[in-house]
Amino acid sequence: MSRVLLTGNGAAAWGARLARVDYVPAFPITPQTEIIESLASWIDGGEMRGRLVTLESEHSMLTAAGAAAATGVRVFSATSSQGLLYAMEMLYTVAGWRTPFVLVNVSRGLSAPITLEPDHNDVLAARDSGFLQIHCADCQEVLDSVLIAYRLAEDSRVRQPVLVNLDGFYLSFTREPVTVPGPDEVDDFLPAFDAESIAFRASAPESQAVAVLGGGPYSYFRYETHLALLNGLTVYDEVAADFAERFGRAHPAVEAYRCDDAEIVLLMMGSFATKARAAVDNLRDAGQRVGLLRPRLLRPFPAHSLVAQLVGKRGVAVIDQNISMGKGGVLHAEVASVLYGHKDAPLLVSFVGGLGGRDISPEEFFEMVKVVAAAAQRGEAPPPRLLYTEDELREIRKLQTLAHVERNSLGEG
Amino acid sequence: MSDVETRFHRFKDLPSTQLLGTGTPMCAGCGGLQALHEIYDVLGEKTVFVNAAGCMTLLSVYPFTPFRGSWLYTAMASAPAGAQGVRDALDILLEQERMPPEEDLRVVVLTGDGAAYGMGLSATSGAIERGLDFLYIVYDNEGYGNTGQQYSGATPHAARTATSRMGGGFRGDKKDLFDIWVAHRPAYAATVIGAEPLDLARKVERAMAIKGPKLILALAPCPTGWDFDPKLTVDIGRLAVRTGIWPLKEYVDGRVVHSKTPHPRKPVKEYLSLQGRFAHLFEPQRNAAELTRMQAKVDEYWADPAT
Repeated sequence: MSRVLLTGNGAAAWGARLARVDYVPAFPITPQTEIIESLASWIDGGEMRGRLVTLESEHSMLTAAGAAAATGVRVFSATSSQGLLYAMEMLYTVAGWRTPFVLVNVSRGLSAPITLEPDHNDVLAARDSGFLQIHCADCQEVLDSVLIAYRLAEDSRVRQPVLVNLDGFYLSFTREPVTVPGPDEVDDFLPAFDAESIAFRASAPESQAVAVLGGGPYSYFRYETHLALLNGLTVYDEVAADFAERFGRAHPAVEAYRCDDAEIVLLMMGSFATKARAAVDNLRDAGQRVGLLRPRLLRPFPAHSLVAQLVGKRGVAVIDQNISMGKGGVLHAEVASVLYGHKDAPLLVSFVGGLGGRDISPEEFFEMVKVVAAAAQRGEAPPPRLLYTEDELREIRKLQTLAHVERNSLGEG
Repeated sequence: MSDVETRFHRFKDLPSTQLLGTGTPMCAGCGGLQALHEIYDVLGEKTVFVNAAGCMTLLSVYPFTPFRGSWLYTAMASAPAGAQGVRDALDILLEQERMPPEEDLRVVVLTGDGAAYGMGLSATSGAIERGLDFLYIVYDNEGYGNTGQQYSGATPHAARTATSRMGGGFRGDKKDLFDIWVAHRPAYAATVIGAEPLDLARKVERAMAIKGPKLILALAPCPTGWDFDPKLTVDIGRLAVRTGIWPLKEYVDGRVVHSKTPHPRKPVKEYLSLQGRFAHLFEPQRNAAELTRMQAKVDEYWADPAT
């Protein structure tokens, strides 16, 4: 065990290294690239056993990942944003193959307009794919989550790929002190991959991923996958408990911060939740009973845990770092769906913010809590809020004015 | 090819194992299935087929398969990447002695022309450039056959397809996939046809002895897509070779060699006139100008066939 400064990308790479992955199909994309560069240098330098192959696209990378896992080796891969979307056909496909492996996604806003900074529309596009999803808020969690993810993926009750998400820039390029567990400790927690019947061998011919005819067989396999993901809820709790016992770090499916006596709860995912945590402390100092709920597990959705935490609260600010065009925040709809019909369910207010890495300021957290408190008082939720300040709008107007001036002067020239 | 040791000298040397099972949903007279039957008997059952979306995706329909060996359906664009993953995983298992050598499998991509000439080219190019040890089998029925024969990058000039039904048929020209492979300097590349089983068997045999990326490109006469009586599949296949339209050749050791030089060549109209997709060249009026151009194109190829 050692404590070192690692970026989120470095932590992800260390997770893969400690998991003794056999195979890393790779493709570079900002802000993920450091992960595969680290693994490549360890493998080339003989510090790590394994094979890294750069494919010609993320679509091929995911195909190779699934195919190798279907042959019975431990596979790791990583991507981001456009890469995840380019691979989307194969995300659904390899999830249907029931192949266990771990894919790290470094969240980054989607084009257009093209950007490098984070939000969660990329990873949420994979929400229904059959990958389990773990969302991280700090670099330690990234390393730990990769290890937990392998146990989860390979459990015979699950046998599905797992996606571990960290936010681009805010985590990928930020150095934090990270405890790197010793290889022996990790080996005890995560034994070598037992592929059981998942293999291609000469003596045991196997047809995998065959076609089906008709809705009956199709539904059967789709339901099987869904039920496997639901099993993931129990398995996750077991694995996280084992992890906490061995390593002393708790990573529950839903992290609750100062929620017990809270009246108002902020609910959000990923690294921006650490901003919310700081805001909770400040609000508490100001005498307000505010807490934070952060789902780490998005798929399977920890409905039971969320309901247990939220029923009886006055109001919840669901802060989505994503936007479903024409609908609003994705997490808001998810949380609302599990609370609906529960007696004493809190009032939910939807906020969208942090798109493309836009900051969410302490003042905005204060304001959101104010809005939720007033709404709870009235018993009526206001329309969803898109976080944006007058200053930001003024800046955009300035840029537009500049662009007009430039165009006009060029036209005259 | 005569200088190579082969176990296939005469027709009766061809295996009669019939490894590929019957009762598949392929159309009667499928030239692709014919070629696959022949290829599979030479390859043997220690194979894993990695399939790209196409007609043959329907060979393995839950819970049945005509294959004695293994099968993995991937998607339309990335079967070579699937082959990469399987091959790499098998190599890792062998290296780490987690699997005995006798459990190893030959990795074979099975793809139609729709994927091979178009959507799958990027993944194919990548796999060749990485030196992947795999066999890449294309059944080329010159159109998107599984969806009802719309034109693809493999469709020949003037063929009527579901998306070139009128007038002079398809206006483009057939892409040269063999040359695209050769430009990559692969370990091996060959064109074959089911109607010439001895030539096919020798080429598959040769490919099996070479490590690296290997192409077996099979022209696949398609009764439904090309509009002819299924009983003519073999005749049309032979005519494709004897008119010179489908040159049988191979690329090995940096050289392209023709394994059969049709001599004398039959006129291309004998091949074309048997197929409904080219009927507009003959009826209601004979399109002499087009037929002359098509004949000239074939003649031009054979004037300097080594290039």
